Amino acid sequence: MPPLLEVKNLQTYFFGDQGTVKAVDGVYFNVWEGETLGLVGESGCGKSVSALSILRLIPNPPGEIVGGEIFFEGRDLLKMSEEEIRNVRGNRIAMIFQEPMTSLNPVLTIGRQIAEPMEVHRNERLEDALEKAKELLGKVQIAAADSRVRDYPHQFSGGMRQRAMIAMGLSCNPRLIIADEPTTALDVTVQAQLLELLKKLTRDFHMALIIITHNLGVVARYADRVNVMYAGKIVEKGSAHDIYEDPRHPYTIGLMASVPQLDQDEKKKLVPIQGQPPNLANVPDGCAFHPRCDYAVDRCRKETPQLVSVGATHECACWFDVKK
Amino acid sequence: MSKSKNNALIEVQDLKVHFPVSVGNIFKKKIGYIKAVDGVSFFIKQGETLGLVGESGSGKTTTGNAVLQLESPTGGKIFFEGEDITAIAPKEIRKLRRRMQMIFQDPFSSLDPRMKVTDIIGEPIIVHHMAKNRAEYRDQTGELLKVVGLDPSMGSRYPHEFSGGQRQRIGVARALAVRPSFIVCDEPVSALDVSIQAQIINLLEDLQGKFNLTYLFIAHDLSVVRHISDRIAVMYLGELVEIASRLELYHNPLHPYTRALLSAVPIPNPTVEARREHIILKGEASSSLHPSQGCRFHPRCESAVKDCSTLKPEMKEVSPGHFVACNLS
Repeated sequence: MPPLLEVKNLQTYFFGDQGTVKAVDGVYFNVWEGETLGLVGESGCGKSVSALSILRLIPNPPGEIVGGEIFFEGRDLLKMSEEEIRNVRGNRIAMIFQEPMTSLNPVLTIGRQIAEPMEVHRNERLEDALEKAKELLGKVQIAAADSRVRDYPHQFSGGMRQRAMIAMGLSCNPRLIIADEPTTALDVTVQAQLLELLKKLTRDFHMALIIITHNLGVVARYADRVNVMYAGKIVEKGSAHDIYEDPRHPYTIGLMASVPQLDQDEKKKLVPIQGQPPNLANVPDGCAFHPRCDYAVDRCRKETPQLVSVGATHECACWFDVKK
Repeated sequence: MSKSKNNALIEVQDLKVHFPVSVGNIFKKKIGYIKAVDGVSFFIKQGETLGLVGESGSGKTTTGNAVLQLESPTGGKIFFEGEDITAIAPKEIRKLRRRMQMIFQDPFSSLDPRMKVTDIIGEPIIVHHMAKNRAEYRDQTGELLKVVGLDPSMGSRYPHEFSGGQRQRIGVARALAVRPSFIVCDEPVSALDVSIQAQIINLLEDLQGKFNLTYLFIAHDLSVVRHISDRIAVMYLGELVEIASRLELYHNPLHPYTRALLSAVPIPNPTVEARREHIILKGEASSSLHPSQGCRFHPRCESAVKDCSTLKPEMKEVSPGHFVACNLS
């Protein structure tokens, strides 16, 4: 069976006054039906831009997808006409954004906004769509959905707004949901509620889910497979167990050692990664991580490593075999 | 006047901070109070780190501000080195601030963009007349930059020339300038990238050992708080629900809210995660304008019984050093 989504050599650049920012620079990944893929990395590593590129939501200018292919259900999204891609957005692929405050329209009722994709993509009458919006609000566990459907976003709390966003995402029964930092702005107990809900709904409807986050814990709890991004490239990918139990890339290893773990009893010192993530307008030659890497050798400064297989489901882009 | 007990550096007794809420533009009719902090008591021993966790709106920042007298308490007492500082004259407060300082959350908005770094960290030195002459001032600011891991030559630059992590180092240097004994760290790492957080956490730990500092460490990230703290206090809607040592709180959480909070924090290890019990709370915290009667947590509590909606739980010491406010324990 072919993958549901196949991203090949995606390159998304931003052309600014200060030079070209290679936000995504040669990214390959697949998403299979029904699975949850975690895309992790720090701010500015290109994880959100990768997601926005899938739906061709990159603001142009200054941004442009300069290369690559993105196959979804057998068709290249990058070759579609404007009208065809509009038919995919919110219909076959839905996106849930980080900020439920700014991504909802403040002057339309919640119900109206959940109904909109169904009107646009399914040609449903407004009354029918509103009726379904009620059902969807119930599905995302909003109490008193019948009356809440007529509320405006400001009458909802942050967690409820994000539930409404999920309802909107589900409205056309998409095959793939992309959740870009869906819970970062929310409290931990609400974060747990929402992620649990998202996981359950995607399982019930057999949808694939891409979770984009900087939180290694969230990925460990919910993702089947993990891609680790650094400076516009995927530096390591594998099953969640591969990545957490046998990390191979020095950046992944560094990330794991630098976050405090809740279940750690003895007070061990954290091992920070030295320096800071590179400016993407001026990425170091060779492996972008080499200035911060403890293992870096001469080759790392000159040649860019490609992803190579280091296990059955595990790939890593590093010249150095950390295991040795 | 009541006196502080157990020779703590900081002791807070029944602290209350209420903010009036009014409607209308002209007559400003008061419609109630937001009880941001409502009867909080704790102490911090010399050289210790007390972690204060809670979700947004639980009153942790207000508690920190009140301890530093940046917010005047509606009720309760705060003792610093055994002395009641709630009733102290405004003139004395300035002297007190030499002893207690704050590190802020946002390293981007807490530094004046028009001031050079030397002037930012040097301002407290001037305010408190801690340098006799220019040379001494230069030595002190240079030394401070070195202490937080920056090069003294960076002092002539402006904040925008620094990364988030470096700015937070400047914020730490500014707090250290007056050689305080107590520092309130209000979400000091939550605005930073994961790989940078560890640098600042390590710095705070090193400085604590070096200068024998006492911290009140406020954060919403329980993993960070558990890492750095000796004891942890959990807040919910303006009240403390549990205080215990870092080991006790994790292995024997007694309050249902603490249990849910611990379980909501994912651990970066899929094997551990698969084994863990995931408690999913109902609903969201109500507002502190209209908190629930009885136990404030009862509408979301799995184990709530009938009494919880009427009976306000008292803070009890269930084992030495482990305090919990729950009707069921």
